[in-house]
Amino acid sequence: MSDTSEASSSSAQREVELTWRLAARRALHAPGLLPATTFILLLLVWEASCRLFEIPTFVLPAPSRILGGFDSIAVTRWVDHVWATLRVALIGYIASIAIALPIAVLLARSEIMSRAIYPILVVVQSTPVVAVAPIIIVALGSGDLPRVVITCLITFFPLVVSTTTGLMATPPELIELSRSLRAPVIREITQIRFPYAVPYIFSALRISVTLAVIGAVVAEFVAAEKGIGYFIQFSTSMFQVQQAWAGLVVLVLLSLILFQIVTLAQRIWFPWSLPKERT
Amino acid sequence: MASGVAAIRFSGVGQVFATGAGTLEALCGVETSIARHEFVAVLGPSGCGKSTLLRLVAGLLRPTRGAVEVFGLKVTEPRDDIGIVFQKPTLLPWANVEDNIVFPLRHKMGRVGAQDRERARALLAKVGLAGFEERLPAELSGGMQQRVGIGRALLMNPDILLMDEPFSALDALTREDMGFELLRIWEAQPKTVLFITHSISEAVLLADRVLVMSERPGRVIEDLAIEIDRPRGIDTSNEKMMHDYVGHLRSLLLKRAA
Repeated sequence: MSDTSEASSSSAQREVELTWRLAARRALHAPGLLPATTFILLLLVWEASCRLFEIPTFVLPAPSRILGGFDSIAVTRWVDHVWATLRVALIGYIASIAIALPIAVLLARSEIMSRAIYPILVVVQSTPVVAVAPIIIVALGSGDLPRVVITCLITFFPLVVSTTTGLMATPPELIELSRSLRAPVIREITQIRFPYAVPYIFSALRISVTLAVIGAVVAEFVAAEKGIGYFIQFSTSMFQVQQAWAGLVVLVLLSLILFQIVTLAQRIWFPWSLPKERT
Repeated sequence: MASGVAAIRFSGVGQVFATGAGTLEALCGVETSIARHEFVAVLGPSGCGKSTLLRLVAGLLRPTRGAVEVFGLKVTEPRDDIGIVFQKPTLLPWANVEDNIVFPLRHKMGRVGAQDRERARALLAKVGLAGFEERLPAELSGGMQQRVGIGRALLMNPDILLMDEPFSALDALTREDMGFELLRIWEAQPKTVLFITHSISEAVLLADRVLVMSERPGRVIEDLAIEIDRPRGIDTSNEKMMHDYVGHLRSLLLKRAA
């Protein structure tokens, strides 16, 4: 160690090692690489175990068999089913937003309203939607309407609670500023409170959009002649398990895509509302 | 300062708040007046009702007892000729600096004209932020954010500027720098300033008069005229007079605290 040449050669070695380590770390941090690797490994293990232990398809079909399940119906039929589910989920989701935001304003503005309405909301939320679904279908018939109502019921509670919290999270100084200007209350809501609630609203929108898909599927389980939920139920009743699994995969993809669209919307239109990036 | 009617007058002001655990007497028998274009600093222990004083002038609170007058008129609601600077800058995080400055107009009137934007840019230059119009608050330092806060308060060209510990969240150097900046703005365009602070030296350095408040319920226990020549600057901090004033106020506050 006392020899200078040896010290310098070891420092060069250390430099190479450091460069390698940095490259490795950068590769690890490449977006999506880590989860993609994990996912592919999981699929391989799944496929291998199914073949190795000869697990029957009705217990757990191998990924390759599920892939085959996609071929059991034509692409146009898939599109039909997806569209039926997507339509109900989206209409229910949008209706839910349209109902939840005004209620949130009411709850945030008035203590009395909050005390009068909030317990009812909790009761509604505590009622298992799956249990109410058949009752709603009986009451409202078999069209899109009962399915939309079910989707609404399941999505709107997180929206109301989160938006209310956001509307109340405004710095009190800004409300004082608004009052000191004697500005109309409506502008206090639109120019201060709502923008401040945007991060809260978006976190609820992300949760609710996946709940909307669940709501649509639950409704289809009860009564439907189309939709992915219906397709899964129909397939299992025919003992076509790999086909049901294919439907499940489509549902997961649908939820993921909707979730990403909401996230993207926030990034494009409200970039300031995103949490600070970790550096 | 002999312009007859006082800019701000407190006569026998008492303030009692109802809290969950009963009542809280914040102010009791506050009696003082502030002349037009006077710079008055208010010093006092935490929770002595300094901010309450400011909110009474702003018309955000009504006194439980007594009356607060602004230019001879009893304050019953917020007035247009008062600007407020808060402890935190509390800017709108989604709006750029220029939009933050014109926000009071947009909020009050619902629209902002080209002339208003012109004025906002002039104000930005005045508070030392020319060229930062398009930046978002998150891209600015704490001191720069508070400059925007001051610019926003000056937008309506108020006669009275209420400042609630405006520099207390800043580091020591920035704080001193902002104090001199404020004096420069005030000297160029005189205004009546009510400046709440925790810092004795800041109060002495900036103000014409320092009011010292007692602990709760707050009242004025000392009214000290600061007769240091203006304009004041970095050298003022070293003057003997400054040290005498600071020493006097410190011993007064410490004696009360003991």
